[in-house]
This record gives sequence, structure tokens and C-alpha cells, in this order.
Amino acid sequence: MLRWFSQIAALTAFNLKTMAARRAWVASAMLGMAFVVAVLVGVLSIGQGFSKTVEETGSPVRAIVLRSGSDGEMMSIVMRDESRIMEQAPGVAKGGGAALVSPELFVIINLPKMSTGTDANVPMRGVTAPAFGVHDEVKIVEGRNFGWGKNEVIVGRAAQREFRGLEVGNKLRLGQNDWNVVGAFTGGGASESEIWTDAAVLQPAYQRGNSFQSVKVKLASAGSFKGFKDSLTADPRLDVKVQRETEFYAGQTRALNGLVVGLGLIIGVLMGLGAIFGGLNTMYTAVASRSKEIATLRALGFRGTPVVISVMLESLLIAVVGGALGAAGAYFAFNGYEAATMNWASFSQVAFAFAVTPVLLVFALIYAAALGLVGGLFPAIRAARQPVATALRE
Amino acid sequence: MTRLGLLAAGFRRHRLRLILTASSILVAMILFSYLVAIKKAFEMGVDVAGRDRLVVRHRVSIIQMLPASYEQRIEQLDGVLDATPVSWFGAIYQDPKNFFGQFPVKPEEYLAMYPEFILPPEQKAAWLRTRTGAVVGRQIADKYHWKIGDRIPLQATIWRPKGSGNTWTFDLVGIYDGKEKETDNTQFLFREDYFQENRLFGEGLIGWYMMKIRDPNKAADAVKAVDALFVNSPAETKTETEGAFAQSFADQMGNIGAIVTAILSAVFVTILLVAGNTMAQAVRERTQELGVLKALGFKNGEVLALVLGESMLMTLVAGGLGLGLGYLMVSQGDPTGGFLPIFFFPPEDLVLGAVLVLLLGLAAGALPAIAAMRLRTVDALRRGG
Repeated sequence: MLRWFSQIAALTAFNLKTMAARRAWVASAMLGMAFVVAVLVGVLSIGQGFSKTVEETGSPVRAIVLRSGSDGEMMSIVMRDESRIMEQAPGVAKGGGAALVSPELFVIINLPKMSTGTDANVPMRGVTAPAFGVHDEVKIVEGRNFGWGKNEVIVGRAAQREFRGLEVGNKLRLGQNDWNVVGAFTGGGASESEIWTDAAVLQPAYQRGNSFQSVKVKLASAGSFKGFKDSLTADPRLDVKVQRETEFYAGQTRALNGLVVGLGLIIGVLMGLGAIFGGLNTMYTAVASRSKEIATLRALGFRGTPVVISVMLESLLIAVVGGALGAAGAYFAFNGYEAATMNWASFSQVAFAFAVTPVLLVFALIYAAALGLVGGLFPAIRAARQPVATALRE
Repeated sequence: MTRLGLLAAGFRRHRLRLILTASSILVAMILFSYLVAIKKAFEMGVDVAGRDRLVVRHRVSIIQMLPASYEQRIEQLDGVLDATPVSWFGAIYQDPKNFFGQFPVKPEEYLAMYPEFILPPEQKAAWLRTRTGAVVGRQIADKYHWKIGDRIPLQATIWRPKGSGNTWTFDLVGIYDGKEKETDNTQFLFREDYFQENRLFGEGLIGWYMMKIRDPNKAADAVKAVDALFVNSPAETKTETEGAFAQSFADQMGNIGAIVTAILSAVFVTILLVAGNTMAQAVRERTQELGVLKALGFKNGEVLALVLGESMLMTLVAGGLGLGLGYLMVSQGDPTGGFLPIFFFPPEDLVLGAVLVLLLGLAAGALPAIAAMRLRTVDALRRGG
């Protein structure tokens, strides 16, 4: 047994030393693997980035209340009186003496996309005073907050980057009125793609009477959720669905994630097959060109299995190093790349950045290792099986 | 030995390499099949939009509704053949995951607006008779195993029905087919009069209008005429051609489609380059053997044909198989489980794929084949030795 291991160690050391002599081949194999891994990581980073942005919007100490049966804010409707009932519920945090309950109106307006100039559905949120206590991550970073009762809006930083005409000082034409852009804000994932204004001004513009679409509630603590939810669902005056915000936003990423993972899977499998077939060809050639050398080793007394394992270790090493290079390349090429897409759950645009997350990097290495093992196995077996005499004579 | 025998001997020479190279080409062509289908899917039907069809919607956003009275006013405009209301119903069938578009429409007007929706006359007659009747596209009917006569309950989200409960029940009276492959056969259509009467609020409001004009070349005039009609009213409109509307929707998906197709193209080209290189390598290795053939009296043209024939035969077989397999796999439906409703292998791309395969065979074989043809027999024999 010990001899077996020492054979593997000796052979592997030998392989590593001869790699320098075969550096052109080693480099091209590594590059191929790097390319394959970089492409896969690049595609999957779209989904990761989108999820990250949307899920960041949610906070575990906030709850979102929608009309029961609604899946998103766009379809829900909640009346002013109903949100007043929620203010009395247990577990609601207080700020400045008032309950932190924020009824919100969610609509879309058409604005041209910066990149294409075609109309996009930009989310616009009408809020009331408690909104800034409930969403305490929202900070004005330029200009000032909108004035209550005025046709004024503040816009998210991400929205400013993605859509035209949202610079502070500009005017937006919405129906028959002009709205002034008076400030810009940051904070809170998908919120940054939104335009905010006074709900009382937005309601008549969209003929919404005194109705809202969702209610965001700041909880006293993350643990207060159950008590809050139970009291609302038990209340006969309400017909609502209560979710933790984190849970709500995780649900919103389903569509795009399904799309990206579905496409990523196809790309990963087909590209992997392509890489294996291409890689096997080069690997076989490499092993074939070393057949005399391997036969010499076997003539010297090295056994078959250690030969197989050492060849596979070499292939694994090349694949993992190549994969790591590819993952690093993908990180520099894709991480932070800004894009905006349609969030089907809210029927509106969300700006996000591609994210090459640690999970993706680990996945990339596992994928590369698997390709390396499969690519190395058959050539290794062939090398070990070749009759020593034939190989030496060649 | 016959010529064919020689060709066969060439294939047997390095069987493993042959199989691996052929497999690479096969995989590349499957990838190509997905590439063209995904590209088509992200275009969202922009290229099949009717040139004579326009969309009239609320200027501020599509979620705001327009008065039903606009229909008559638009139809009075010169050059307008018809205008018909459509709304977004957005109800849920059993689970929110089961997504398909539902639209209340005026049956006769809508079917005339979309002649590419093929509905048997007796089913159309049944729809006109049945106030709660609904008609669905073939793809959706197949997906949920619906057949004519079924009662289909949908849970309202925006449009709650009158009376108690939250369910709208429809009688399935027809299943339509698309005239073209691109035709959207995932729609669920039901009667607008039923929608107007049975909803709790919003009577007299509709989502948007589809309109048809006599002369597609005058679309720009029609756009101006419609929008001028409602300027300074509480509900101003934005009119655009169906193509422009579909394009802005496709653009809303952002560059995801473009990125995915760019990546797939890069991969496709890389696999082909690697395969082509291996093939060229295989020919170069045989220089000496080709020299022997020439010494035996084979003419230049014959050597060229032999080498080229080998590379063409392999690419054609492997590439053809790959295209066929890719076509079959793509027909299984979209790999994302319903997020790309239009997912098929565009027939015109089948031709492109065949041309690519042919070019690959030529390119990979031609250079070494020409080199082999020009080779002086003595050099070839010496080089191998």
C-alpha cells in the first residue's frame, strides 16, 4: 500500500517536472478550460446579480401586506381604512409617536431607456410620511425631498442611470401635469430603480381615489412577525396576505432566475461536452506522444493504477488552474456590469449589476474539476493498458 | 482498392480522433440550434408583427386604462379599417406559476384583426353564442390538457367578479392554431361584453386598442391622427405600430438576450475552430502517405478529391446529425420552463446551419487538400521519413 502511494507521488512529481517541457500544450489546455468556465460564470452571474438586488430590497424586520390572492404589488389593492386597522396590530414598531405603517401606491410610467431610447415601464411609488421611517435605508443624496402636496418627485440613483430625463432639475410630463425632479436617493436594492412622490398627489393622477396597493410595516423586531400576521389574518374586516418582505422579494426573482438557470444549464452542458470532446483529443495526443516515456516507467516497475491516477491528477490540476483563471477572468469582466431588465412580477424595470458570487466561484471550480477528471480518465486508462513492448518499439 | 475503399481507410486510420472530432461538430450544431431558437425567443415576435396593425395605449403607461368610447372615434378616422379593445386580465389558473396571457376581446373583430389565428367556423359560432365562452391557443390547451367543453376557473387578481367569491369560470368553446410557427398560440381569449358586465369596477374602461389601417405605408399619418384626436383630454394616447410596440417590449428585457446570444456564438465558433484545426492536423500528418499515392500515379485532382471528400463526409454526417438532434431537442420546448413562450427552430436558420456545416467541411479540408495536391512527390516521401 505504501509502495502504491509512493509510486503515485513519484509519478505525479515526475509529471509536474515535465510540464515545463510541455508548456505550450499545458497552456492551451488551461486556456480552453478558462474560456469555458468564464462563459458559464458570466451567464449565471446575471441571475445572481438580479436576485441580489431584488432580495436586498427586503428586510427581515419589515412585512408587506397585499390583498389576498395577489402575487405582486401591481395587482393588489388596499384601502386607506384597511391600513389604519393595521396600525393597531401588535408587533408594529413606533417612530416619533406614530405607528410605522406605510401604505404605498405602485404604478408605472413610460420613460425612454438610456441604452435604446425605447419606452420602458419605470416603477413609480406614491408614499405617505411614515414611508421614510419604514424604509430607513432610503437616503437623499442630491437635492431635497419632494414637498408634500406638490407635483414633485425624487428619483433613485439606478433609475437615473438607466432612464432618460431624470436629472435633478428636470421636469417629467405625466398626464396633464409637469412634475419636477427635486432630488435623488440611494438605498434598498430595487427601490433605487424607482421614482417616489407623495401618494396624495399621485392618486388623483391615476384615478385611484383613496386606494393603495401595498402596505409596508416596520416590525418591532424580526420575531414580531407571527403575532402581526396572525392578528391581521384573524381580523374579519381584512382580506389580506401578509409576508415577510424578504420572502416576498425572493418570490419576485423566480421568473428571471428560471430563465437564466435554464439557459445556463443548456450552455453549461453543451459547452462542457464540447470541451470534453475537444479536450480529450488534445489529451489523447499528449498521452500518445508520451507513450514511450510511460512505457519506460512501467518497464521500470511502476504499476498501472498509479499511472492512471497520476495522469488524472495532472489533468485535474490543469483543469482546476484553468477553471480558477476563467473564474477570475469572469469576475473582472462581468462582476458589477450594470444592466436593467423587466421584473415580470412587478411589470416594471429593475436596474441591477451582474454578480460573480462566491457560490458561483465554487461551482465553477467543481465544474472545471469534473471536466478535468472525465477528460483525463480515458487517456490515462489507455496509457496504462498499452503493452510495454509495443510502446517501447514505436 | 477502390476510391471509396481509400476514403474508408482514411476514416479507420484514427478512429478515436475521428469520433471525438465528429462529436465536437455534433455538439456545436446542437448548440447552434439552441442559439437560433433563443435569439428568436428574445425578439418576442417583432418580425411577425402585422405592418398594418397599430397599438393605441394610454400615454402615461400601459397600466392606465382608456375609455371604451374611443373605439368609435378612432374608427371614424380616415384610412382606419377597424379598432378593437383589448385588456389585460391577469388572472391565475391554479398556481401563479401557470402563466399565460388572458384577454377580453370582441370575438369577431379580434379574429378579423389577427387572421393568423385559425379557429374552425363551428367553434367561432359557438363562441358567439356563449357569453362565458373562451378560446385558447393550441399550446396552452395541450399544456393543461384542456378540451372543448371544459369549464375553466380562473382566480381574479385585478378584476374581481361581481357577487361573492373571486373566481371567474369560463366555458372552453374553441382552440385556435397559429397560421405560422411564430404565431403566438398561448393566448386565452374571452368575451369583452362578459368582462364589462361581470367585473366589480371599471365598467366602460379598457386596456388598449388594436387598430388596422388600410395602407401600411401611411402608419405614421395614422399615429399622428389618433394621438391628435385625444390630445389635452384626461386620457391622452400613444399610438405606435405593432412592431415598434413589440420592439420596446423586447428592449425592456434588456441586453440579457444579446449577452446570451453573443456568448453562445463565441462558444459555437470556438468549438468549430478547434474541430477544424484537428481535422487539418490529421491531413498534415498524412503527408507521406499522400506522397505514396502520388508516386503510385494518382493525379493531383484525385488527391484533392480524396482529402476534401474525407473532411466533407465527416462534417456533413456529424453536422447533419447535430442539426437534426438539435432540431428535435428544441422542439421539446423551451429549456426555461415557460419563460420563453415562442421557442422553436426557425426554418430559415436550418438553411444557415447547413451552409455553416458545408463551409466548415470545405475550410477544414481545403487548405491541407490544396497543399497536398501541390506537394512534390519526392518532398512528401522525404518529409515523412
